[in-house]
Amino acid sequence: MNEPLLRTPLYDEHVALGGKIVPFAGFEMPVQYPSGITAEHRAVREAAGLFDVSHMGEFLIRGPQALDLVQRVTVNDASKMSVGQAQYSAMCLDSGGVVDDLIVYRFADHYMLVVNASNVAKDLAWVRGHVDGLDVDVEDASPALALIALQGPKARDIVRPLAKPDIDSVKYYRFAEGTVAGIPAVIAGTGYTGEDGFELCVAAENAVPVWRSLMEAGRAHGLVPTGLGSRDSLRLEMGYALYGNDLDEEHTPLESGLGWITKLEKGDFVGRDVLVRQKEEGIPRRLVGMTLEGKGFPRHGYPVMSGGRAVGVLTSGTVSPSLGIGVAMGYVPPDLSKPDTPVQIDVRGKALEAVIRRPPFYTEGSIRR
Amino acid sequence: MSDIPADLLYTEEHEYLKATDHDGVYLVGITDYAQGELGDVVFVELPELGTSFDKMETFGTIEAVKAVSDLYCPVKGEVLEVNAGLDDDPSLVNSDPYGAGWMIRLKVADENDLKGLLDADAYEQHLGG
Repeated sequence: MNEPLLRTPLYDEHVALGGKIVPFAGFEMPVQYPSGITAEHRAVREAAGLFDVSHMGEFLIRGPQALDLVQRVTVNDASKMSVGQAQYSAMCLDSGGVVDDLIVYRFADHYMLVVNASNVAKDLAWVRGHVDGLDVDVEDASPALALIALQGPKARDIVRPLAKPDIDSVKYYRFAEGTVAGIPAVIAGTGYTGEDGFELCVAAENAVPVWRSLMEAGRAHGLVPTGLGSRDSLRLEMGYALYGNDLDEEHTPLESGLGWITKLEKGDFVGRDVLVRQKEEGIPRRLVGMTLEGKGFPRHGYPVMSGGRAVGVLTSGTVSPSLGIGVAMGYVPPDLSKPDTPVQIDVRGKALEAVIRRPPFYTEGSIRR
Repeated sequence: MSDIPADLLYTEEHEYLKATDHDGVYLVGITDYAQGELGDVVFVELPELGTSFDKMETFGTIEAVKAVSDLYCPVKGEVLEVNAGLDDDPSLVNSDPYGAGWMIRLKVADENDLKGLLDADAYEQHLGG
């Protein structure tokens, strides 16, 4: 990992705003701004936050058999999408392990896959490796595109005067091709925080003017720039899985709580055979949510205990800024995966009482489904 | 640039020692640099009153959003008081590390041990300043 770190088109904005820059997924990204992760988290829950997520990857799939390729490499049923619709999905190895989770966007003449920054090279090779005779073109548009996430109960009010078409026409997991501050943008009703909001995809060279227009328009609404730190605590309060923590190649979508997007009936796709067998025979472990009963800070890697022995491991954990309690996700055997099952979490040598919970942990979000 | 008061003593692990009105009694906390690196502090776990610690022995832990970190006793001594205010508001470590964010009041066993600590200039140099 000695590759030089990349910067998004908004790097200078982050530095000017006092962002604390850290290496993340091969990019120099702001983990927080001077007000701190907790304050940024609260701003998103109560007003709005602006995230630079331009480090994420975008692949454009064109050609007469574009849908066939998307269906082949993803687990959800992309044939069910209409133009202007987005769909949460995942790609699997032949073993069923998760290559990545992603969002598929259906445009009139192509599909766009938005993938995790840490997986861009791997995913691109994986998708291209499965073209296998299909009449398609797979373009990595990641360097040419910037992605800005405006999230929070005030997001809609902030972007409304800037956006065309009418922002209220962009529903949850739908998108429109329009403009923001007069600049061409794909405006999607998606996000990773549990709040109402939008993800705006613009040409890299237009990222700065769009960012500045939103910051300016948002000032009166309490908008603040928000970094990777609050992005993580916000998604964890919702129980949204993060690739590299909660999702990986060692666990299938059925084990990772992604059964709801895994459409075994849609026809063949990579990994399907293993998933069909797993569905019949049962899964060996399951990703679950947990909350601590008392004081403590659960973290990635801490053992989950039951009956005095380790039965699993935490893949994510934090003290929820909204709830003030320890919340975590981790893998446990199926017989311990039911909500309300008591377990312990080994926090630095102390077995703290915890309970299995079905996420979201935070249920007051403004998200509009 | 982080704040490094001239009149304190420091460890390479980013604790400070601050003199009090009583001879041989010091307040111990973490530096402005340390709180900035840790990010928002969520809990501070502090020892029982009367506990004695050796130099560099762990006297507590600090749980912050980004990481957990041990707290090291800068010199051998006995805990006379812990800052109960941190139970209610651990963010004092962030907002006022050298004031209301102190952690323990330490009776130093041998003041000669203080010679092994860093002064403000040496600590600044340690930070690469």
